[in-house]
Amino acid sequence: MTVFYLVAFLSLFFAIMTILSKNPVHSVLYLVVTFFTFSIHYILLNAQFLAVVNFIVYMGAIMVLFLFVLMLLNMNEDSEPLKSIFVKVIGIIAGMCFVIVLAASLKLLKTSPPLEVIDPEIGLVGNLGKVLFKEFLLPFEISSILLLTAMVGAVLLGKKDKKRL
Amino acid sequence: MFETIQSVPLNHYILFCSLIFAIGVIGVLTRRNVIVIMMSIELMLNSVNLLLVAFSVFFGDSSGQVFVFFVMALAAAEVAVGLAIIMMVYRNTRSIDIDILNRLRW
Repeated sequence: MTVFYLVAFLSLFFAIMTILSKNPVHSVLYLVVTFFTFSIHYILLNAQFLAVVNFIVYMGAIMVLFLFVLMLLNMNEDSEPLKSIFVKVIGIIAGMCFVIVLAASLKLLKTSPPLEVIDPEIGLVGNLGKVLFKEFLLPFEISSILLLTAMVGAVLLGKKDKKRL
Repeated sequence: MFETIQSVPLNHYILFCSLIFAIGVIGVLTRRNVIVIMMSIELMLNSVNLLLVAFSVFFGDSSGQVFVFFVMALAAAEVAVGLAIIMMVYRNTRSIDIDILNRLRW
């Protein structure tokens, strides 16, 4: 139980540091740590497959992509554009409104069932693979087409346009 | 491992995930760097993922975890295309300030 609260505190702290730090490279590194704490959350929930996928896809692939782009654009603290204080305050108020509404509705609900692992086998690779390839076969194939489209689109966008420049 | 999670109320998971989601929203609203905005979107996607897994474990139904898998595939595609667009915009305007992109209005 205490492990959950410790890890939750760490993820909140690093998530806040992600949006607070002025240097975008530091932001990416804090985000990597945040995703690592999310992996720990998945392990605590016994979702082992998703923990591994989160580790590989998010921390491995997506964050490396972010770091690559940041270093290609050669960005640091000096090139960081800043918003005015007014916009910042309004943004924080707007974001917190969501949390306040949700917390109030949870308080009104008056029920808080403890989270128990009913079926510890549910998040293992074998079971998840069976569900994925039996019930969700069509969405799985469509998502492969989506990934192919994204790849083609990224290459097309990233290519230098010789006619226009 | 199971004993550690057993006494955490589901409401705390909901509250925690909504806090992370709100941090993502605040990041989108208060930052002007496009890459930091995309990172905040990743944060929001991840908070929703964690809540889906928590509910899937709570109900003993594995469909939620399969859905998280699809969300991750979608996030990867989104990041690839988004960063390509950012690169192209940077090549044309020499800036990644989101306020410079207001010429897209016309």
